Amino acid sequence: MSVSVHAADFDVSTEIGRLSDGDTSIGAIATFIGKVRGEAHGKPLISMQLEHYPGMTEAELTRIEDEARTRFHLTASRIIHRVGTLLPGDNIVLVIACSQHRHDAIAACDFLMDYLKTQAPFWKKETGSDGVGSWVDARSSDDEALRRWR
Amino acid sequence: MSTPTEPRTLSVRYFAWVREKTGISEERIAVPANVVTVGDLAMWMQTRGPEFAAAFAKPDAIRAALDHRHVKADAVIGQAREIGFFPPVTGG
Repeated sequence: MSVSVHAADFDVSTEIGRLSDGDTSIGAIATFIGKVRGEAHGKPLISMQLEHYPGMTEAELTRIEDEARTRFHLTASRIIHRVGTLLPGDNIVLVIACSQHRHDAIAACDFLMDYLKTQAPFWKKETGSDGVGSWVDARSSDDEALRRWR
Repeated sequence: MSTPTEPRTLSVRYFAWVREKTGISEERIAVPANVVTVGDLAMWMQTRGPEFAAAFAKPDAIRAALDHRHVKADAVIGQAREIGFFPPVTGG
């Protein structure tokens, strides 16, 4: 179980290997990758700035991961979230959940992302072709998604 | 425990548009004696000049964390070492 917050990209195959190689109790691996889209509000997106709260981010992601372990039968899990300047097509976030059977892995992945999106202290600022940056508003649909787990 | 003659000091950190509006990312403050809760501190922030008045104009739009844990406006600051003020989160 581990969390990382950094500017560098990640490689999903490498991360899955680190998490599961040699562990024959694992029968299911679910992954989620979030990426930067090339448009926002119908206009081209040039870049995205991701800011976070150093110290709290790692603490909150660890709490989210601990909560997932109490709800699902997980063998291993991993959360990586990038920060800094990202471009369309870039990876933003990786979640991996490993379990004996698929339902725990898939549900844990979904749960981790719903919690991450509403609890982890990250903020996105989008810059369009006019060069003006604007902070992304929180979505009420993300809060509604979180309520499914309560 | 703090005594009235020794004001509590608190690290304050600002993020995203709260940081941009205040113009600073972090500072140490002496907590006024009449500030008990996170909401009290947000209201006091409004009195610190035009930048802070703009940043804290709508306290309901701002979230807070005490010592790296999310809290509501009625949370007591107590002996916390650090508070963060920021908009609702938008990661993932």
